[in-house]
Amino acid sequence: MPLEKIHNVSGTIVHVPGDDIDTDRIIPARFMKCVTFDGLGEFLFYDMKFHENGDLKDHPLNEPQFKNSSIMLTGSNFGCGSSREHAPQSLFRAGFRAIIAGNFAEIFFGNSINLGMPCVSVTEEDRNLIAGLITENSELNASLDILESKIKVGDHSISFDLRSGARDSLLNGTWDPLDELLQARQTVEKLHQNLSYT
Amino acid sequence: MDKKNLFEKVWKAHSVGLLANGQTQLFVGRHLIHEVTSPQAFGMLREKNLPVRYPERTFATVDHIVPTNEVQEPYSDPLADAMIKELRRNCKDFGITFFDTDTGKQGIVHVVGPEQGLTQPGMTIACGDSHTSTHGAFGAIAFGIGTSQVRDLLATQTMALGKLKVRRIEVNGELNSGIYAKDVILHIIRKLGVNGGTGFAYEYAGDVFESFSMEERMTACNMSIEGGARVGYVNPDKKTFEYLKGRPYSPKEDQWDESVAKWMSFASDVGCAYDDVVKINASDIEPTITWGINPSQAIGINDSIPDPQNADSTDKASLQEAIDYMKLSPGSSIKGTPIDVAFIGSCTNGRISDLEEVASQLNGHKVKDGLKAIVVPGSQIVSKIAEEKGIDKIFRNAGFEWRSAGCSMCLAMNPDKLIGDQLCASSSNRNFKGRQGSPTGRTMLMSPTMVAAAAITGVITDSRELFPKK
Repeated sequence: MPLEKIHNVSGTIVHVPGDDIDTDRIIPARFMKCVTFDGLGEFLFYDMKFHENGDLKDHPLNEPQFKNSSIMLTGSNFGCGSSREHAPQSLFRAGFRAIIAGNFAEIFFGNSINLGMPCVSVTEEDRNLIAGLITENSELNASLDILESKIKVGDHSISFDLRSGARDSLLNGTWDPLDELLQARQTVEKLHQNLSYT
Repeated sequence: MDKKNLFEKVWKAHSVGLLANGQTQLFVGRHLIHEVTSPQAFGMLREKNLPVRYPERTFATVDHIVPTNEVQEPYSDPLADAMIKELRRNCKDFGITFFDTDTGKQGIVHVVGPEQGLTQPGMTIACGDSHTSTHGAFGAIAFGIGTSQVRDLLATQTMALGKLKVRRIEVNGELNSGIYAKDVILHIIRKLGVNGGTGFAYEYAGDVFESFSMEERMTACNMSIEGGARVGYVNPDKKTFEYLKGRPYSPKEDQWDESVAKWMSFASDVGCAYDDVVKINASDIEPTITWGINPSQAIGINDSIPDPQNADSTDKASLQEAIDYMKLSPGSSIKGTPIDVAFIGSCTNGRISDLEEVASQLNGHKVKDGLKAIVVPGSQIVSKIAEEKGIDKIFRNAGFEWRSAGCSMCLAMNPDKLIGDQLCASSSNRNFKGRQGSPTGRTMLMSPTMVAAAAITGVITDSRELFPKK
């Protein structure tokens, strides 16, 4: 089945402030005791959202106006730490379709693109601008134009960075590389035979 | 002749070709799997009706969820029990070698690979775990991957990856007495930052790395990702070859000389180019310890907790967040901070030389009353060697609990967890919020010897003051 060509992601934005938000915060390890990714969405940012007795903490994701947000705005080095794909899977399954940050930890970035979830980098100034716009109007609709590398929010058009390879694979619907990898079967077999180790 | 670094040579030797998006299709010669990040990948294969292309290139073990105080199955945690059974089934169905709990070879995947001789110079190695960089100690290019890439490797033995830049980090001169590989890597991360390595492979070099044992090199390479670098490696040398000789999966006698020659050929050429070079003086490195909530928030044992008021405006908020979470006072000395738990183990510091070094210092010392102190060998083999040498008894006599092999309290996907806001002196690799199993638990990372010193005194201690020079 061909993959969706991702040209545009739109929706409301929720702002989760902070730099170096790590994968243990995104999905605490105890929720990785599972053999499928189903259901991970409900544990997204669990310990940030809930007290140990189950009461709600003060967290943007607990605010009703952001319940249906599909774009997250956050700080720099987002997703640092573990290689667990459970982290982007939990974001995706909680309804997120794009992340805006200062920059991203490398493994997290790759894992997210593999799911067709764009991770775009924006300057601190522009992140502050977007955060301010959401504070004024939480229902403001934003739209990420992947081809133009722009976020349209309110009257503003804000540039973002997205590595060209990742951008192309989203636009061309080749963000999951498996089919392309499977095609090189003969070259791979030759390499397998020629390597000095098995 | 064109001079190249190890990363470029290994990359080239394993490149299948360029993909449409500009990434390389990279052949991964060794694939290691464990119970947490592989079941979904096998699920995807079954869904697509794909076989495992080269099952002889994948090896499995179980580490994250295994209890370290319970060997009998079924485990009391039904989720953990389901995960080990699922891995067993997947390995059986797809013909993959599994170092299961009854083989005597089970352990943390990054301890098991080198121990079995599976990790060799010039290889590409991947595993669904970010600490896979450990294997770079042998001059392999080893990286952590997500589950979709585990699927890609199972189905094709290849994955899509953008080429990394290479930064050489030279640590020259001599380390002061009582300074360990853990201090060296914590110092490097402290200097270069938690994301300083993004986009880079780190080549560790210089006097200190040359003099390091293989296990010390593994400790340093292990934490590359904590500085943002997906890959970290040391060029192979005599020590590498000596370590590998005679291991189960190492080349046999008749292929040995040829293998060594091949391995040597991957080492970085003298005078080759790097994208960046960083030089560090060994003598600047103190016993280093994290005080905050990411591994770059580290200081020397004689330093004070940073004061956010004195920080740049960009750092202020994150320093304050860390200080609040850790319940510390800005400007106070880290020495003397009371701890509740001491943990020696993990893929960073759970090897035999780590345990031997600590045991050699314990000498009549006892764990402080009321403090929980556990030692978790990195593998069943480490455990067996330690027991043969009587190291388990030394720890037990000193008041430590001696456990069976696993990841244990490093990430607490098993019964070993902090409770409430306990503070743990830990030889592991991450001090993130909630990392050790309690949402308010606190972690300070340090060398195993520093953990032992804290366990004995009950407070963060300069191990050089407690343990006399040998």
